[in-house]
Amino acid sequence: MSGFVALVARDLRLVWRRPGDVAVVLAFFVVATTLFPLGIGPEANVLARIAAGVLWCAALFAALLSLDRLFAADFEDGTLDLLLLAPWPLELAALAKCCAHWIVTGLPLAVLAPLLGVAFGLEPAVLLALSATLLVGTPTLSLIGGLAAALTLGARKSGALLALLALPLCVPTLIFGAGAVEALATGGDFRAHIAVLAALALVALATTPWAIAAALRQAGE
Amino acid sequence: MATPLLEVADLACRRGGRRVFERLSFSLGPGELLALTGRNGSGKTTLLRALALLIRPDTGSIHWQGTDVAAEPDAWRGRLAWLGHLEGLKADLSVAENLLAAERLRGAPPAGDRLDSALVAFDLSVLARRAMRTLSAGQRRRTALARVVLTQAPLWLLDEPLNALDAPAQAAFRGALASHLASGGLAIAATHADLGVAGARTLELGEPQKASA
Amino acid sequence: MADLHFLANPARFRRFSQRVVPSLSVATALMLAVGLYLALLQSPPDYQQGDTVRIMFVHVPSAWLAMAGYALLAGLGASLLIWRHPLAALMARAAAPVGAGFCAVCLLTGSLWGRPMWGAYWVWDARLTSMLLLFFLYLGHIALSRAYDEPDRGDRAAAILALIGVINLPIIKFSVDWWNTLHQPASVARLGGPSIHPSILVPLLWMAATLFLLFVLLVLLRTDTEIDRRRLENAEQQA
Repeated sequence: MSGFVALVARDLRLVWRRPGDVAVVLAFFVVATTLFPLGIGPEANVLARIAAGVLWCAALFAALLSLDRLFAADFEDGTLDLLLLAPWPLELAALAKCCAHWIVTGLPLAVLAPLLGVAFGLEPAVLLALSATLLVGTPTLSLIGGLAAALTLGARKSGALLALLALPLCVPTLIFGAGAVEALATGGDFRAHIAVLAALALVALATTPWAIAAALRQAGE
Repeated sequence: MATPLLEVADLACRRGGRRVFERLSFSLGPGELLALTGRNGSGKTTLLRALALLIRPDTGSIHWQGTDVAAEPDAWRGRLAWLGHLEGLKADLSVAENLLAAERLRGAPPAGDRLDSALVAFDLSVLARRAMRTLSAGQRRRTALARVVLTQAPLWLLDEPLNALDAPAQAAFRGALASHLASGGLAIAATHADLGVAGARTLELGEPQKASA
Repeated sequence: MADLHFLANPARFRRFSQRVVPSLSVATALMLAVGLYLALLQSPPDYQQGDTVRIMFVHVPSAWLAMAGYALLAGLGASLLIWRHPLAALMARAAAPVGAGFCAVCLLTGSLWGRPMWGAYWVWDARLTSMLLLFFLYLGHIALSRAYDEPDRGDRAAAILALIGVINLPIIKFSVDWWNTLHQPASVARLGGPSIHPSILVPLLWMAATLFLLFVLLVLLRTDTEIDRRRLENAEQQA
């Protein structure tokens, strides 16, 4: 467990040294979201109707954008070998990396999204709901994206490939994340959606660390 | 010679359909150094990675104190100190931070005064707070060697440890290696240069497969 | 899957496929001829869908084979990762584009069927959408297996992806169904109703069997090619 904490702490410290990397991702999220009203038109009811979907899609893209370097940096400077050689399960290391990624992307996205939601004319209750869905849903994105990042380690054109691998697997989270917000707005069952989102996160938690570890081991060969 | 701690039998590795080495057997006792020699591409790095279980060998076995290391891989990894081609250091962390982070990743408690002595051994004390990014290749290599010393692991696996080191740094490494061996440690190093250890054994990898050990 | 143990060795597989392929080709061609007769001439037009129902004879078996193909990829992936069967990697490489092809046929025939029935080439019907996502999963598998300079690495990465994909397929299917019921009322006519008249069921099953043979034949032939290709690459590397 101490190794897990140490790895999360190390990755957070590395991000702290280069806050620009995170800032770029968050800026992308803001800019990408802003483009939708410009492309679609400023009618308030249309924007409020699509807000949840737009914010969720933009969050998904932003999360993927930042995943490219998740394992690549460790792979290039040789620290991946040290992780592979650490005397504790590699699955935990995989989880720690995804956990650190979530803290520096998923968490800020969940905080930022309601602010952008205001621009789409969402009600305060809906803004809170949006934030809640992102809090519960983004860990799944970090885990699935982490798997895609591990699988594409050392591949040609890894960035686009990563998105191709991760996006179809993220569809359920997208559907229930955006669906939850819409359910609240239209009087549906918000809690059921959140419960499914949490279940999806648990499935990802139960399956991806093993797959990531397997992918990292074969990248080390 | 003491009873061997490490016994490697009939090891064979294949890379991309090509046989790198086969029927490789040797054993190593406490205080012994095995120098791996051979031309570029003869499989020195592959052998080191196979010993560290980073590569799954096609055949053969590795035993430590009579137990197959593949049976308890985590325990085996805990006995290894690794120095690869790549230093495994983070450019954005300082020398001391890198060493501490590596120690913590091994699950060991923070090194404390051990850290200071490792820094002193490789003349890194003045550089301790400098970011890795600002250091030269030789300074980075010294940091990586300090990391190896810090692990206090019984078996060192080193890939070209003298790379990029100047004469004083080479002497510092020889000193560290000698005291590691003197305290009963083992080391396997791929190298072209003499590591200055009396009684070191060599294993030449390459086409005519001759294991001297 | 039991057959895979027997066929794990490429040389043995080669002997097996050389024995099987000629008769399998003839059988597939004959079955296809009969199947086309059954599907195009012998079976009656649907009272509601008219002649468009005949698209189903290709569409539905393609959907089945596309799904079975992904399950096959997962099985091959497991056998590569667990037992390191060298043939499993080559067969997965061979099977993925075939499965993707059937998936594409399913999507294309679905949209051709949709034009007269729904008045649009594409409707976000739950089944079509799931198929589209399955197609994306196939694309990811194909792209990943070919993204590495060392083919071995691509094979193993794709194997891991196939295993995770097969776990996620039911989840994707479930969430798309949910999404579909949430967003639109049930379609006028869904693809493949629950009760099918025997006059349609017989040609449907016949075509399913035919296309299954075609699938097997294509995978065998392509696996043979992959074996040749891998040998050639190895020979080049050693030269």
